[in-house]
Amino acid sequence: MASTDVIGAGQAQKKQGNNMSSKKKSRGPWLERYSALILAVVLLGAWQILVPLSGLSEFVLPTPLAIATRIVNELPLLATHGYVTLFEVVVGFAMGVLVGIPLALSIFYSRAFERAIYPILVALQTVPKVALAPLLVLYLGYGWAPKITLAFLISFFPIVISTVVGLQSLDKNLVNLVRSMGAGEWQTFFKVRLPAALPNIFGGFKVAVSLAVIGAVIGEYVAAERGLGYLQLQANSQFDTTLNFATVVAISGLGVMLYFIIDTIESRVTYKRDSAK
Amino acid sequence: MSATTQTGAAVDISRLSKIYKTREDDDVLALDKIDLRIEPGSFVAVVGPSGCGKSTLLSLLAGLTPASTGSISIDGDGVSRPHPKTGVVFQSDLLLYWRTVLDNILLPIEIKKLDAAKYRQRAEELLAQVGLEGFGNKYPSELSGGMRQRVAICRALIQEPGLLLMDEPFGALDALTREQMIMDLQSMWLRLGNTVLFITHGIDEAVFLADRVLVMSPRPGRVDLDLKIDLPRPRQWSKTHEDKDYHGYVRQIRAIFEAKGILVAH
Repeated sequence: MASTDVIGAGQAQKKQGNNMSSKKKSRGPWLERYSALILAVVLLGAWQILVPLSGLSEFVLPTPLAIATRIVNELPLLATHGYVTLFEVVVGFAMGVLVGIPLALSIFYSRAFERAIYPILVALQTVPKVALAPLLVLYLGYGWAPKITLAFLISFFPIVISTVVGLQSLDKNLVNLVRSMGAGEWQTFFKVRLPAALPNIFGGFKVAVSLAVIGAVIGEYVAAERGLGYLQLQANSQFDTTLNFATVVAISGLGVMLYFIIDTIESRVTYKRDSAK
Repeated sequence: MSATTQTGAAVDISRLSKIYKTREDDDVLALDKIDLRIEPGSFVAVVGPSGCGKSTLLSLLAGLTPASTGSISIDGDGVSRPHPKTGVVFQSDLLLYWRTVLDNILLPIEIKKLDAAKYRQRAEELLAQVGLEGFGNKYPSELSGGMRQRVAICRALIQEPGLLLMDEPFGALDALTREQMIMDLQSMWLRLGNTVLFITHGIDEAVFLADRVLVMSPRPGRVDLDLKIDLPRPRQWSKTHEDKDYHGYVRQIRAIFEAKGILVAH
């Protein structure tokens, strides 16, 4: 669900960028424009109808309407736990940015640093971060610290890699161009290198923030007293499948929301290269 | 701080060599003891095949690459870094896609920390001169290849450079656009009077545009022929291309390439 929403939004944005062709495109078949939405409605409708027909108990598979009703009714509860998870994700992701970007810059500007750190980074990346969760609980306790750490560890790698790749893929002639105008490295960075790398960097942010949600929730599964992951385990132990599903929707909603916040910031600070095509 | 002179800059090159170190021992001698004086306000074209050192020459003049030996001076100032009187146009337009046309043209002003507001009007005028009036707020992706290269030329001209360096500026354009650009470049140069160094591998456009054509050949990069082009200005496309002298110049240059085996006579 989340991914189809995201693709739909991207297309809508591209159309906005170009008034001339959007006029043409908007007259196109409406079936094509809303195909993702229609498919989602059809699938949810089928789910709604087939569950009672199949005779499955509500404890096994609740209907979409039952889940939606439950979400509305439990909104305060979901919000209370949602805030905790949101806090962990945001702090972990912010730490990923604060550590990842300077590290990426060091890798980009220093050959020696790149040689020293890259193999270690790649080796660390092969360690499944999720497997560190029990250890983090052991060291950092039951509070938000291990969740934030996990969210940080899991989100930091894509930020580093996408930033390095973004900086390295710059057309060398652009550097010559601004140098010919008298720019030093400082100006070259801010006028050309950084703006040219922004689409890559934001791509990394989007991947990272989705992963940070996973990190925080896994942390909560292992040991927690609050948060959406904790709430879900509670629902599970009480055979409250509807609340269980409601939590899944809340976790997804959290990820989608953060994704769109980053996407919005991106469209404010960057210009999409292909928007006129 | 006042605007640089409208008139062209003089360029003096003496004993200029450039050696590129390679990982093995066989260093490449890209330019071999070039001596050259370019008169202020003249249009000089450099023709030669790939690897003849013409782009190296431009890069040295732009102050982007240090010379191995010898010296360059622009209006008497030694060049060791990009000279403020120099504007460069590269083969690809190198417009920053996240900036509007106007902001692209004002980029050199921003980099030199001058007052962009003062140059805004000049940027609009330049755009009008190249037939892009009202395109200032468009983005490069909304422009055709020819239009983009016009914007790149405006960007190089925003500071009224005494020396305009052009590195195969029309190489990536289709034939019709190229023809139009050549005509427009001539009229702009006649109006501005700056010195132009125009690098190309097109013999036709070199002879058509220039006061003087330098023919270069590779390994090592040397000037084989320094040809003065004496054709009346303003040159008109059909008239000049039918001119007997024009063909004489083209033949002379081709003869050099044939003698060097760069062109095989057939």
